[in-house]
Amino acid sequence: MPLIEKRIQNPVQIERALTRISHEILERNGGGDNVVLVGMHSRGVPLAQRISTAIERFEGIKVPVGKLDIGMYRDDISEKGSPLMKPTDIPSDINGKTVVIIDDVLYTGRSIRAAMDAISDFGRPSQMQLGVLVDRGHRELPIRADYVGKNVPTAKDEDVQVRLMEIDGADEIVITTNNNDMGDKT
Amino acid sequence: MTLETASQQSFGQKHVLDLDSFTSQDITHVLDNTLAMEQVLDREIRKVPALRGKTVVTLFYESSTRTRVSFEQAAKILSADVINVSSSGSSTKKGESLYNTALTIQAMQADIIVIRHPHSGAPHFLARQLRSKVINAGDGTHAHPTQSLLDLYTIRKNIGTIEGKKIVIIGDIMYSRVARSNLWGLTKMGARVVLCGPQTLIPNDFLNGHRTEEGHPFAAVEIQTDLDTALKDADVIMALRLQLERQKAGHLPSLREYSQTYGLNARRLAIAKDGALVMHPGPMNEGVEIETDIAHGAQSVIEEQVKSGVAVRMSLLYSMAAGQNLEI
Repeated sequence: MPLIEKRIQNPVQIERALTRISHEILERNGGGDNVVLVGMHSRGVPLAQRISTAIERFEGIKVPVGKLDIGMYRDDISEKGSPLMKPTDIPSDINGKTVVIIDDVLYTGRSIRAAMDAISDFGRPSQMQLGVLVDRGHRELPIRADYVGKNVPTAKDEDVQVRLMEIDGADEIVITTNNNDMGDKT
Repeated sequence: MTLETASQQSFGQKHVLDLDSFTSQDITHVLDNTLAMEQVLDREIRKVPALRGKTVVTLFYESSTRTRVSFEQAAKILSADVINVSSSGSSTKKGESLYNTALTIQAMQADIIVIRHPHSGAPHFLARQLRSKVINAGDGTHAHPTQSLLDLYTIRKNIGTIEGKKIVIIGDIMYSRVARSNLWGLTKMGARVVLCGPQTLIPNDFLNGHRTEEGHPFAAVEIQTDLDTALKDADVIMALRLQLERQKAGHLPSLREYSQTYGLNARRLAIAKDGALVMHPGPMNEGVEIETDIAHGAQSVIEEQVKSGVAVRMSLLYSMAAGQNLEI
């Protein structure tokens, strides 16, 4: 099956977006003292770590980074088969903190809803915010991101893939299209 | 569906009747997710919504504490509704057949039925007749797959891997459903299994029937009647409960003799590898198959087995509920 792939961001552009998001988080929250970053598995985790590193570079403070697997909070549990869950690790106390959820792609918003439910089981943050590298639209829930790397208008049959050095060995964002309609009719 | 979620679908079982139908990937999938479940057990709020709206019915025709309670706890932590039916307080007492009881439970829209029954094959019968998914929580002398999964998990957690490890199972292999399920589970995961017990309690027919098949996982299973020899280089020692009725049935001359020949004590434990794990599915006859100081000693992971039981069953319930074929 032919898969058409189009690169829309290179490593430098991704780095710039993350730098900007890091500054925006600091600006919006009057510094990083009360902020906890929570990365969503898989690619939200290295993104959150990079943002934390950037903030440390700018301000000299270490913003704690948590990891979150939303497997047990999904609302489509019997539709997609059993996922392999990764460890969840939320820094000890999030009560009264500003929790910034970090994910790679914002799409329907369902994962974010699950993430908000999951985080609520660990405590009561004073605020939750959302940062994503790509917002591709097609929301199915009233959810929006506070920090966006790039808005990418897409069609539903397209797929946006964020690839990161830590997981995929290279930094890039690509749009893939399943080219089923062209030929290949067997 | 993205390519990624497709490749992660590595649990392929509708029912859990025994581990003979499991692939090593199925087993690994359940064990891997058990870690995430253990994390839930350590939280302040021990509740996740994974099985919200699903109904799990436990149907126990035999007495049990740890298995039934751990299934109930596992299902409740995952937010399923749990209904417990025991044979003593139900219409079974009035003579209702297993089939009719099961139909009644299915009519109550049970998504998963957990059954324990004194007759081997009862869970398989239900799985054939009902739309609900069925978990075998122990059937006669046949199988007890969830006990085996929690044993596998306990071994992997303590010594890192199962593959290549020497596991000695001691005692009443013939009548032990735990031993039978563990035979499947351990051999599928690549362990070296040694069965040790008196000849009268070794199921030679069962083993030989399988061992003649080329490449069968049981082909490499060793049988040893001398415990001291069997324990050499053992990584894991599993003592089995000796049913006290066995002596009456003529399988053993006396409990005292059994205990002297096959009881696990400090001298014997020293023959195994340093730090070898001591396991027992419970309930124990301390002083018969295992000495008290060993059962509660430093190398014992018996309590841990019970604790892992909840997380393993959570993982299993989750994998089954996440399967696409909950409704047919």
